[in-house]
Formats: sequence, C-alpha cells, structure tokens
Amino acid sequence: MPVVYPHHQPPDSPRHAVLTTIASDSHTWNLLFLQLLLEEQGWEVTNLGACVPVDVLVEEAAARTPDLIVVSTVNGHGAEEAPGLARAVRAVPALAEVPLVVGGKLDTSGSTGPDVHAALTDAGFDAVLTGASAVPGLLALLDGLPEHRHGRSHADAVR
Amino acid sequence: MPSAEPAPAAGAFHRFMADAARVGALVVQPRMGFADPARMRAGLIATRAADATTVGTLTLDSFTRVGDYAAAARAAAQGHHLNGYPLVSMDRETTTGLLDGVHGPGFPVQVRHGSARPGRIVEALIAAGLDATEGGPVSYCLPYGRTPLATSVRAWAEACRSLAALREAGTEPHLETFGGCMLGQLCPPALLVALSVLEAKFFRRHGLRSVSLSYAQQISPEQDEEAVHALRALAADHLPDTSWHVVLYTYMGVYPETRVGALRLVADAARLAVRTGAARLIVKTPAESARIPSVEENVTALETAAAAARTARPAAPPPSTGIEAEARSLVEAVLHLHDDLGQALVRAFAHGYLDVPFCLHPDNAGRTRSFISDRGRLEWSRTGSLPLGRSTAATPSRRLTSSGLLHALNHVRNRYDDPAALLGRAG
Repeated sequence: MPVVYPHHQPPDSPRHAVLTTIASDSHTWNLLFLQLLLEEQGWEVTNLGACVPVDVLVEEAAARTPDLIVVSTVNGHGAEEAPGLARAVRAVPALAEVPLVVGGKLDTSGSTGPDVHAALTDAGFDAVLTGASAVPGLLALLDGLPEHRHGRSHADAVR
Repeated sequence: MPSAEPAPAAGAFHRFMADAARVGALVVQPRMGFADPARMRAGLIATRAADATTVGTLTLDSFTRVGDYAAAARAAAQGHHLNGYPLVSMDRETTTGLLDGVHGPGFPVQVRHGSARPGRIVEALIAAGLDATEGGPVSYCLPYGRTPLATSVRAWAEACRSLAALREAGTEPHLETFGGCMLGQLCPPALLVALSVLEAKFFRRHGLRSVSLSYAQQISPEQDEEAVHALRALAADHLPDTSWHVVLYTYMGVYPETRVGALRLVADAARLAVRTGAARLIVKTPAESARIPSVEENVTALETAAAAARTARPAAPPPSTGIEAEARSLVEAVLHLHDDLGQALVRAFAHGYLDVPFCLHPDNAGRTRSFISDRGRLEWSRTGSLPLGRSTAATPSRRLTSSGLLHALNHVRNRYDDPAALLGRAG
C-alpha cells in the first residue's frame, strides 16, 4: 500500500512555494511528486520544471516573493551547483530571508556526507534533505513554517 | 565527386550492427560515462571484454548536455566527479587517445548525451573519429529542459546534416531515436512508438541512411511485445531505403534496489528484445537506483543480459490490443500537418496531437494523463487532443495524489524487489 500523506485544508490565501531544480538537472518526476505533495499540504506551487537556470529562478522568485523555495535535484550535480544557486538567491534583498531548502541525490556517490551538508548551509540553504528522511523532513519543515508571511522571520522558523 | 549510393562501406557502428544482424546475436550496450579519461578507457575495454556481443558507450555529463562547456571543463580540471565524459570540453587528443586501440570495426562506440542543441557534440564526436550517436528533436527537448521545441528542431536538423555529411567521406553514420523512452516511465506505448517512428523519419529526411528506433521496456511484458512489433511494422512502412533496427532499453523508470531484482529486470528486458526481434539492448545495473554505476556493475549487467538472451527465441506477436493502430493514427495525423516534418512536429505539439503525459515542458500541451490499470498495463486516463479516432481513455479508480504517483512510479521496483515474486516465478 502506498504511504498516504495527511492532507491539509487549503487556507483562504494559500502559502506560495517556488519549486525548482539546478540548471543541469533534467529530472522531473521528483518535481511532479513534490508539486502534488505541497498542494496536498495546502500550498500554491509554481513548478519551474527541468534545467532551471539560476537567473530564471531568481527572476521568478523576485517577481513574487514566495513563502518557500524548494530545490530538488537527483542528477548528482547538486553538491557542485546548488551552492551557487543559494548565493544568487541570497544576494537578492527580497529573497535573503525566504526559507530555502535543497534535497534529493546531491552527488554521484549516493551518500551525501556532512561536508556537503555544511557547504550547502554555508551557501545559504536552511535545510538539506536527503535519503529516506527527506520527505518526512520536508513535511515537518512545512509544519514549522508560519501560516502567514508576516510575523516571525521565515529563516528563524526553519533553522 | 563522391556518389551518395550505394551506402559507404565504412562506419563502424552501422557495419557492426549489420554484421550482428546476420549472425542473429543480440548486441548489448551499457550507459556508461566517466569524466576521467583513464577510467572511461578502462570502462570501454571492460565492455569490449565482457562475455557478450557488445558495443561501447561514451555517456556525456549534464553540464555538456545543457551546453555549459565552461562548467564541465572547470569541474573536470578540478577533479570533481561529473556524471559523464565532457566530450566538448576535452581536447581532441585526449578523446582520440582514450579511444585509441579500443574503438574500431570490432568495437564501435556510440556517444550518448541528451542535448536539445547537439551541434557542438556532433562536431566533437566526428573530430574524434566516431560515427554514432542518439537523441532526437522531441525526445532530447521536451523531457529535459526549457529549450523551445522549434529551437531543438532546427538544431537537430543541422546536426543530422553534419552527421550525414560523413557519407561523402565514405563513412555511414548511425543515429538512434530516443523517442521510445519519453520520461522513462508512465507513457502509454502507442505514443512511444509514434515518436520513435517520427524521429527516425526526421533523421532520414535530413540525410541519415542508418538509424535505430528505441523503445523502453514499460510495465507489462505483453504490452511491450505488442509495442515492439508495432514499432517494427511502422518502421518497415515509413523507412524505405533505410537501414534500421530496433533498440530496446531496459526499464528507464524507478529501478529495483535489490541486486536480484535489478538483474532479473535486465534479464527480462533481454528476453523481450529477442522475442520481439530487437537487435540491440541498452542495459541498466543494480547500482542504478542509488548512484552512477561502476565499470564492474556494468559488465555484470551486460553478461546477465547476454546470458538471458541466449535462452530466448523470436516469438509471434501477442493478440492486438490496438497499439499499432493508435501509433499509426498519431504518425499519420502529424505527417499531414506540414510537408516539413520539423514544422509538423512543432505544430503537432501546439495542437496537442502529440502530448506527453506528465511532461512539464512549456511546449507540451499537458492535457493527457496515463495510469496503471488493474490489469497492470499503461492506459490513457485523459487523451486530450490526441487524434486517436475513438476515445480510448479509461477511468482510473481515484484521482492523482502524491502517494498515488509515487506508487505508480515504484510499480516495477516493488514488483522486482518483492521476494515473493521470485517464488511465484519458480512455481
């Protein structure tokens, strides 16, 4: 039997997530799954699809500041490319505090070490989600985010 | 002046496949790529030495695939692990050096990449003395990025002409469609067959005379057998004056995690290939579900496939469930849209005559959906504007959810990783 994730009733003004991947990653099943998952949690999702250049992500996110940016990548280049993505996002004042998470298969070895996690958080990610705990970790993180954009800072909510 | 006919004698990949067809051996091939030239060479040598009829593969890295050659060069120079060989960023001598004494008439090497703009890759492979690659204007565009379909069509037309120009120098180049593998899983077979045929026709119209048509193993052996027979029937009708064969891909979706399950899946793919008259098989390895496989894991997969192939015999097609008729409807409808096949493909996607379920590309209409039926077959739940003549959409029992999608994506993994399945098989 499939795992069934609990559904949340959509609030009147749903929180908005930008869902993206790194520029070299062509995989999309992970993005489709996460879109459905976030929507079931009551989020509105802008799914940017495969191979998103960093400037496209920054442009989309800056045009309408989201409540969350999720970077999902499984091609093994995440450790290489995602730090640059985080720095570019954090360099935009409007996006400096938006919760920013990355997950998937981040390098070619299949086991993401603590050094990779540290490099990603140093670059500006609030959470690095890999392995079997990635989806439960994301759900827990969503629960910890504020219902509305005003109030306490998003960064505090996920750190 | 060189004459275009008869077909040139040289062309390592073309010649090897023609010879293998005469002997009747299934050719098996890995999907192998490493950034380090020494490791890449070792991988090719091990592929050649495997106990199987093999051809070699240079799979390129993701930076090269999206055209970021500078990033590929930088990562390779710093010794970072790339997920393939950065062909365009390496100097030609490095590539010819790694191929020297390995690539040749007895062991051709195909370049696999995934690029919607393959011009530089085709230039580089020709410069390195290679003559075979794969892809297609639709299959290397829609699933893999944001390049507009019209841009990919133009780039692929140009790349086909560059490759076809090898004929003037006496080499018969070979190009394989990737259209039979769209998104790897959950695409109903008739659309895979139609796309593979349309891309092969596109290659033929842009000068190629030696092509292969791909089809990726899906979830039902009976449905796959019917589909490959349909692909061969359509290829025979649509590719006159062309040397062609079918290449089967071992399941491209979420792969079994257990070693026994993974090897059983590749063995089933090999038997499917032999039963349906496919000439070549792309294998996957037990490591596939977690990471980039090692050379040894690739060799094990190649030898497992070859051993399974020896136990199978060609078989008559199963009773029709309409795959060939559906595929023909799609192909004919697209061909009627424009005399120029590239223009026809662009219009077909704009009209939703071709519409790949679950594909997020902006040029895909996104009005179709598929599901796994209770009989364990891939069926349409929404056919959108597909010109199928009749409504062939069935009704799934419930709406699509994240867990339902995950369950469908894991259908094959779960089946092959289940130890009870082994017992059922033996009984």
